[in-house]
Amino acid sequence: MTDPIVNDLTIQAATVNGSGSQTANLVLTRAIFHMGIPVAPKNVFPSNIEGLPTWYQLRITPEGHMARSDKVDVLVAFNVATWREDLKTVRQGGVVVHEEAFSTADARTDVTYYAVPFAKLAKSKIQSDTLRKQLANMIYVGVVAGVLGIPWESIEHAVRRQFLAKPKAVPVNLDAIKVGFDYWQDNFSKQDPYRLQPMTGVVEGKVLVEGNQAAALGALMGGVTVVAWYPITPSSSLCEYVIAYSDRFRTGSNNGEKRISVVQAEDELAAVGMAIGAGWAGARAMTSTSGPGISLMAEFSGLAYYAEVPVVIFDIQRIGPSTGLPTRTSQGDLAFVYTLSHGDTKHLVLLPGTVEECYEFARDAFDYSDRFQTPVFVLSDLDLGMNLWMTPEFKYPEKPFDRGKVLTKDDLEKLAGDWGRYRDVDGDGVTFRTLPGTDHPAAGYFTRGSGHDEMARYTEGADAYARNMDRLSRKLETARHALPGPVIDESGQKVGLIAFGSTHAAVVEARETVSVDYLRVRALPLSDDVARFVARHERVYIVEQNRDGQLFDLVRLALPPELVDRVRSIRHYNGQPIPAAAIIEPLSSQEMVPA
Amino acid sequence: MSTTVNRVGLPRDAYKGAATTLCAGCGHNSITNHMIKALYELGVEPHLLAKMSGIGCSSKTPAYFVETAHGFNGVHGRMPALTTGAHLANRQLIMLGVSGDGDTASIGLGQYMHMIRRNVDCTYIIEDNGTYGLTKGQFSATADLGSVQKKGAVNTFQPIDPCAVALALGCSFVARSFSGDGKQVVPLIKAAIAHRGTAILDIISPCVTFNDHDGSTKSYSWVKDHEESIADVSFIPFFEEVHVDYEPGTVREVRLHDGSHIVLKKLGEDHDPTDRGAAIKVIEEGRAEGHLVTGLLYVDTEMSDFASTEQIPERPLKDLGEDDLRLTREDFAQFMSEFA
Repeated sequence: MTDPIVNDLTIQAATVNGSGSQTANLVLTRAIFHMGIPVAPKNVFPSNIEGLPTWYQLRITPEGHMARSDKVDVLVAFNVATWREDLKTVRQGGVVVHEEAFSTADARTDVTYYAVPFAKLAKSKIQSDTLRKQLANMIYVGVVAGVLGIPWESIEHAVRRQFLAKPKAVPVNLDAIKVGFDYWQDNFSKQDPYRLQPMTGVVEGKVLVEGNQAAALGALMGGVTVVAWYPITPSSSLCEYVIAYSDRFRTGSNNGEKRISVVQAEDELAAVGMAIGAGWAGARAMTSTSGPGISLMAEFSGLAYYAEVPVVIFDIQRIGPSTGLPTRTSQGDLAFVYTLSHGDTKHLVLLPGTVEECYEFARDAFDYSDRFQTPVFVLSDLDLGMNLWMTPEFKYPEKPFDRGKVLTKDDLEKLAGDWGRYRDVDGDGVTFRTLPGTDHPAAGYFTRGSGHDEMARYTEGADAYARNMDRLSRKLETARHALPGPVIDESGQKVGLIAFGSTHAAVVEARETVSVDYLRVRALPLSDDVARFVARHERVYIVEQNRDGQLFDLVRLALPPELVDRVRSIRHYNGQPIPAAAIIEPLSSQEMVPA
Repeated sequence: MSTTVNRVGLPRDAYKGAATTLCAGCGHNSITNHMIKALYELGVEPHLLAKMSGIGCSSKTPAYFVETAHGFNGVHGRMPALTTGAHLANRQLIMLGVSGDGDTASIGLGQYMHMIRRNVDCTYIIEDNGTYGLTKGQFSATADLGSVQKKGAVNTFQPIDPCAVALALGCSFVARSFSGDGKQVVPLIKAAIAHRGTAILDIISPCVTFNDHDGSTKSYSWVKDHEESIADVSFIPFFEEVHVDYEPGTVREVRLHDGSHIVLKKLGEDHDPTDRGAAIKVIEEGRAEGHLVTGLLYVDTEMSDFASTEQIPERPLKDLGEDDLRLTREDFAQFMSEFA
């Protein structure tokens, strides 16, 4: 037997969608996390309610790598439909825990098999007919706990944590896990090198949060009061978390009064329209969607840009044109969202790269939107939004809301009513607005998506149109300097790397293998720091998860001509979260820069 | 010389807007005048009025009344979404939407129906002329089957009747009128504003340029000849005393949420405005007989409006601050610890 491999392995559970396997996966994840071991789960699920194959990858590394691994050490094969293909994914010397009934005749001989009669055990040991299908998955948790040496107290903790709201479910689930755990003890001896041992030093102070949970919390802390949405994967859970948290934190205990309104709209057009109506009337308002919904929101986004109405729009990206692959991830909406809508429309886009930033950017998006009176897009993705990530606890905000330039009744009295909705009095392109309901005869103005002058009057005048568009440019330029700047980590390397969003996790890991400087873009329009970073490096690789190199294009447009040739593009676009290898391999082949 | 003022101390001129840019004789201009009269007489405070619209000739009209109020001329067919959102942000606002037949019955039909389904507290006026004026005279979805276009083309499709759609959806206030019938339009606008919930007011409003010729069923002469009012309607606002002095059995009174009254005086057959089935029937019978039935078709004063159903506080959501909206430090810490 080879040397033990401790706390450094990837488990892949191949199960059937809708069978309750996700609960089992989460229990396993929480049990290992409870041992002090960093975990990075990736759920690969189909666009299906029940029956199609689904995979859950649980990556375990002592360093706390968060990116997807492209190697499988321990396969849990629960789905006969994908059994042959799943077996091929296991690395040499790996472990295969499988249903005993699956044939291993002429199968690989370079892995360790543990054949378990899951179906028979479920039938004989699980008493409840109604729960048997669900609980059968728990048996695998017990077997894996046996194989890897997960202490029973960690299993108990995980089950209790998983069923916080349903404590009655704890004993039956523990019993089912025990069935697998006992079966392992009674029937196998350890044949493989993989082991888990409790550790300290990495996970302390950290929690497991999904990006959509983080964004929902951020939006609530940012003061959102009107949410209008239409269900779409992978965005739905964001608004569902807002609803769940609102029931808890925004509901009057005596009268049931709600300090927030969450509307499930008839479609994405209405969803963003309601949010814009609310933003116009002075509420902090948002919607959340994904690619197809973003396409539908184009027209209204142009209105909010041109009429200068605050609204926050979350795009939890999935992959593909049209319907694409609804349950797979990508960063393919970047360029589209940046200029969403016709006729010289341009937007502020925030690009969270961690779940902590999902929280912070969701919260601060409302400040930026009010301050600059324009839509703010928060571009997350399925990987960031729907997977659990290990993260430091989020910080409580220390700053009050920034409601921007809003004239009150008193302000209007001081000005003797002399103001213009689109008059740039400060030179920053940001003008003053009044809210409907302001009790002053000069407060009212007419908001429109058609041509308007400084006083918000209708005009088709050439000069007035150009003046207004120039001011809008100036406003975006002001905003550009206020948005979150790039995060730069450099040590004078010749080669640099630029990425954004969830690609961050793979970059962090890749940089342990290749010595490159790193700039992470966090907002559009691009900061001047990007061009400066390129200027300091001989070559800069831009890594992103889309086919056409959308950030690559935007960076090149922002560079002076002499720097354009310095940038190269690395792209990953198969719908699976980018692994570090997808960065290391192209970089190594082109640069030969070992660490 | 003293100027006459209304109950909030404003003269009628305070309810005027910018000069109209619509064609001379356009039905919409009459409706604008009816609106000014109704808002003045009701004593609506301009700063509490939110004038909402979509795109088209009709949707330009909010600029032509109550200039000092806020207005939002949004995108085509999407006025209901903007109105819903603005209302949620501030329940104190009086939401007054102006739309057209293209804006409502074609591109905006989905939003129209869903706004009704939610019973958002607003007045929704359809300035209905059966044609696309700004794009020069194409049929709209409310054009009657067999109605003739100016250049001779005949409409081959069934019309979508916004009132019938609203009734089918259980809308809490449905009325139809004619822009040339100020005596009916003005009290209906007042009643619609006083009503708590979605009030649909479909006003046939002839397009003098593209749809006022022989063969059109939305022309002045056709409507004048075929209008059949189901009852004389008058409106008694909450701030005036009710003194109805009619023979028993000749009037019906509807008390609205704010204490106002709609008084309906029978003309011909008695129509019960709280009977939804009867309202659908009277529209269908009128259509079969070639009449345009006008008046208050249906009202339900009991139905919960959207913001009430959603338990939104009367205090505007827009005014809530950090203390109302942020978790406390303790709640936040507790919340974070639950992720461990």
